[in-house]
Amino acid sequence: KSHQTNQCVCKVLTVDTMNSCVKKVEYAVRGPIVLRAVQIEKELKEGVQKPFSEVIKANIGDAHAMGQQPITFFRQVLAMCSYPELLDDDRFPEDAKGRARRILQGCGGQSIGAYSASQGIECVRQDVARYVERRDGGVPSDPDNIYLTTGASDGIVTMLKLLVAGEGRSRTGVMISIPQYPLYSAALAELGAVQVNYFLNEERCWSLDVSELRRALADARRHCNPRALCIINPGNPTGQVQSRQCIEDVIRFAAKERLFLMADEVYQDNVYAEGCEFHSFKKVLFEMGPEFSSTVELASFHSTSKCYMGECGFRGGYMEVVNMDPEVKAQLTKLVSVRLCPPVPGQALMDLVVNPPQPGEPSYSTFIRERKATLSSLAERARLTEQILNTVPGIACNPVQGAMYSFPRVTLPARAIREAEERGQAPDMFYCMKLLEETGICLVPGSGFGQRDGTFHFRMTILPPTDKLKILLSKVKDFHQRFIQQYS
Amino acid sequence: MCAVGSPCVCVCVCVCDEQLSRSVCRSTSRSWTCHTRSSLQLSLPLSLPLSLSLSLSHHPSLSPSLSLSLSHHPSLSPSLSLALPLSLPVSLYFSPSLFCSPSLSPSLSGLSLSLSLSLSLTPRLLRPHSPQPSDKSRTNMTENGLLHPERVLTLDTMNPNIKRVEYAVRGPIVQRAMQLEKELQEGVKKPFTEVIKANIGDCHAMGQQPITFFRQVLALCSYPELLNDNKFPEDAKDRARRILQACGGGSIGAYSASQGIELVRQDVSRYIVRRDGGVPSNPDNIYLSTGASDAIATMLKLLVSGEGPTRTGVMISIPQYPLYSAALADLGAIQINYYLDESNNWSLAVGELRRALEAARKHCNPRALCVINPGNPTGQVQSRQCIEDVIRFAAEENLFLMADEVYQDNVYAEGCQFHSFKKVLFEMGPKYSEKVELASFHSTSKCYMGECGFRGGYMEVINLDPAVKAQLTKLVSVRLCPPVPGQALLDLVVNPPQPDEPSYSTFMNERTAVLAALAEKARMTEEILNKVPGIRCNPVQGAMYSFPQIQIPHKAIEEAKEKGQAPDMFYCMTLLDEMGICVVPGSGFGQRDGTYHFRMTILPPTDKLKIFLAKVKEFHQRFTERYS
Repeated sequence: KSHQTNQCVCKVLTVDTMNSCVKKVEYAVRGPIVLRAVQIEKELKEGVQKPFSEVIKANIGDAHAMGQQPITFFRQVLAMCSYPELLDDDRFPEDAKGRARRILQGCGGQSIGAYSASQGIECVRQDVARYVERRDGGVPSDPDNIYLTTGASDGIVTMLKLLVAGEGRSRTGVMISIPQYPLYSAALAELGAVQVNYFLNEERCWSLDVSELRRALADARRHCNPRALCIINPGNPTGQVQSRQCIEDVIRFAAKERLFLMADEVYQDNVYAEGCEFHSFKKVLFEMGPEFSSTVELASFHSTSKCYMGECGFRGGYMEVVNMDPEVKAQLTKLVSVRLCPPVPGQALMDLVVNPPQPGEPSYSTFIRERKATLSSLAERARLTEQILNTVPGIACNPVQGAMYSFPRVTLPARAIREAEERGQAPDMFYCMKLLEETGICLVPGSGFGQRDGTFHFRMTILPPTDKLKILLSKVKDFHQRFIQQYS
Repeated sequence: MCAVGSPCVCVCVCVCDEQLSRSVCRSTSRSWTCHTRSSLQLSLPLSLPLSLSLSLSHHPSLSPSLSLSLSHHPSLSPSLSLALPLSLPVSLYFSPSLFCSPSLSPSLSGLSLSLSLSLSLTPRLLRPHSPQPSDKSRTNMTENGLLHPERVLTLDTMNPNIKRVEYAVRGPIVQRAMQLEKELQEGVKKPFTEVIKANIGDCHAMGQQPITFFRQVLALCSYPELLNDNKFPEDAKDRARRILQACGGGSIGAYSASQGIELVRQDVSRYIVRRDGGVPSNPDNIYLSTGASDAIATMLKLLVSGEGPTRTGVMISIPQYPLYSAALADLGAIQINYYLDESNNWSLAVGELRRALEAARKHCNPRALCVINPGNPTGQVQSRQCIEDVIRFAAEENLFLMADEVYQDNVYAEGCQFHSFKKVLFEMGPKYSEKVELASFHSTSKCYMGECGFRGGYMEVINLDPAVKAQLTKLVSVRLCPPVPGQALLDLVVNPPQPDEPSYSTFMNERTAVLAALAEKARMTEEILNKVPGIRCNPVQGAMYSFPQIQIPHKAIEEAKEKGQAPDMFYCMTLLDEMGICVVPGSGFGQRDGTYHFRMTILPPTDKLKIFLAKVKEFHQRFTERYS
């Protein structure tokens, strides 16, 4: 009763009475450091004097914001889908018009303003399935197993939501790599699931050891029911590319331990290092024979936001489910129907990504040129980042084999660690905040992704244009040296 | 399917008492048939924490599902009930905190617990040992003919909340409609030549044309090279430039701020100020969203907390738009139904709100009240007075208000007018406007534009606790941002061509034409349906739906029950199969017991709608004759 009278004077919804799981959610990529960066940008605009003239944001994999140009063909088709009168305009190549007509025919009332089927437009799902088959050397893919999504994040959260059940010791546990992309920890916190950490091996270029998976699983089984294993390949934030052998080992482990596999493969075209190659979990699974390919449950995720297109704003993506229980699949279809459908422009874009211009089509050469230019420039920036960072004493950086990030380890002086702790900040947050205030460079502290105790890192994207990236790296270098001097 | 007979199932329960380092085992052996539910009662002196393990031996072809509930001394709440995963043996660990709040932390030794175990074997779980070659789908499903020993994720081990989610607007009737369309395409003979879908408020799919200006700007945003093209009017180009300048790198392919592009939020704010006759609006209180559904589910998510009798309850109208019931099921919140008064044109009576609230307070903690105005599926437009009463009620009873106003431009009836909750709240003076917490929702999917596919929308929050607002901002950041093309479109909706701009007259013509046609169709729907004996339809004052009550003959109700269907589902399914007309049964939205309805949109083009209504009329008469 006293509870009620108490409530009448304050708000209905307060931090004390809100969903406690939401409170536990953390998402460093857009956390306090980014809020501060936005504030500093405003201050600069208002003429406040700073030791730098602009904020360089390397906190998020947002290619277009960093100046990357969209693929012409994609945008031409999207413009025609938005305003079909343009189909009569002879400025657009025929292949672009053909794609636009095909997509519009797949839409209700031939408008991208109509809802699509909740699972996604059927012709787009068919194109995705054909893409997956081509990519995986002929391993069959069924359009019924493709679900289009609002970015990959949406697909990942939906799958996790399906998996979460039980209470106490029977509560679902989900294995995620450390360092991880914080969408995973955030989604698990929100769902009240148990996060089971397995550590990547920094000494061996952030590779994944099955023995570490085994250790983490055995520990977790004492207090929860581990049911799923999430892998990000190529890695975010760590930039490693998994070997085929390692993927096989992971699949064998999942089969033996009866874990649902979730493969986050949004960086599948972002592979730069010599000798590295992207292998999809689906392909390796099917190459391992029916003992595995008919039993291991797998969901893999892809998106329009990364690779060479970097179209984050459209929120396009898909997931493919393999060996999913048909009844669960029906539940999944029902669940996604509540949100009606993924954004249709994003679905249209997804279609173009999986069905780009072909040799012989008028847009082919431009498309290939644009694609290559972006990917080779990213490869160059990946190399440059590793090289320059490794010249700084106290910074050690693994090769950026793939994805869009470097996750270097920084050695912080004991005095700096103490000062951070006095301020109640994680030492790498203290470091990154100081870097931002002094140089205008916005990076994300390693603590937002998870790291072994006592080690410190930051994540930076390799997305700023080459000349700006060089400035950024030399500023990081100067700052680090200054920081070390100041605190030793 | 259930041909296994009566397998013997042995259950062994082992309870280990950690503190006393002893273990007590009880076992029982019983015969079960497929449908048996049986329970095993154990009363043991125990102390906490305790570990408990269960093992079970059973017929190899059966996958039993097991549920376990533990009850204990009534002074300690809540009682615990668990659904166990199917992998056996199972061991469980119970800590004292599961039974009482940590602040009590009593020594629980010597506690007496009674354990009841129920076990059910259902034929659904029987799996054949080998695939039947005649059954193609099964061979496919059991990939390569191998039997799945046990999947990780099954109906029994998945999130139980998701199983309770239902969304009729895209449910079995729509799946059947799509199947019929495929059959028609394949040349299968039917008593109709096309399926007319009036199940969902999807304007463009029903032939409504997009607003030219909006699509021109979107094309310019998608492919900025067109800015040099003189076929586009200057105002469209200006809008596109303005939006692109607010995007990272000048591209709609960049992520926006998670709350939405700042410029768009400013425009939304100005729109609200204009709409509400000058009541101020702060862009910081605007959150852009992925359609209104996204924002509604997010707000509900913030509100849900507590367990047992303290679990959050949310009041929703019956009939309701099933997004609400689905989101509440997903979140495990308590749905509190208040009934709209059908005999009074689906109006909302505060007396009914009070009744529903009082009844709910006995078993949960009601914290929010959702109102849909204009109404979905019921098409009523709330009077200003009624909104005032609702606000007063929410203030008195300390409820968070959620106002779903996505149909704010869809008002057709003489004498009806849209009043936003925000406006009325502020007109009621600071006693209310400084206190009542309100979230209102709008979208690009309805009104005159009907751009559902873009998933644009926003919510405005009023009087939200700043600390909660920070949590909201953090929560939306995990999903990065709402789709940027949808944000751009929303900007155009709240900032359309102005009288002195070149696109103004076309825009106004298109807008007026759409709204006038909808008003005409609303009137026609009511008129024609009310001519059918056994169908009674309230005026469609607003929104896009009619929700007529239908008399279903007693014999039809019986036949439906035999088929295990809701009577109105049976009615709608028959209507679909015989006439090719797809409407959604009232049971998907909720209705008073013993009454039956369907929801139909008024969106088909006028000539098609006429055919549609004539078919409904013909069907209803035939159906009534057949079953009386």
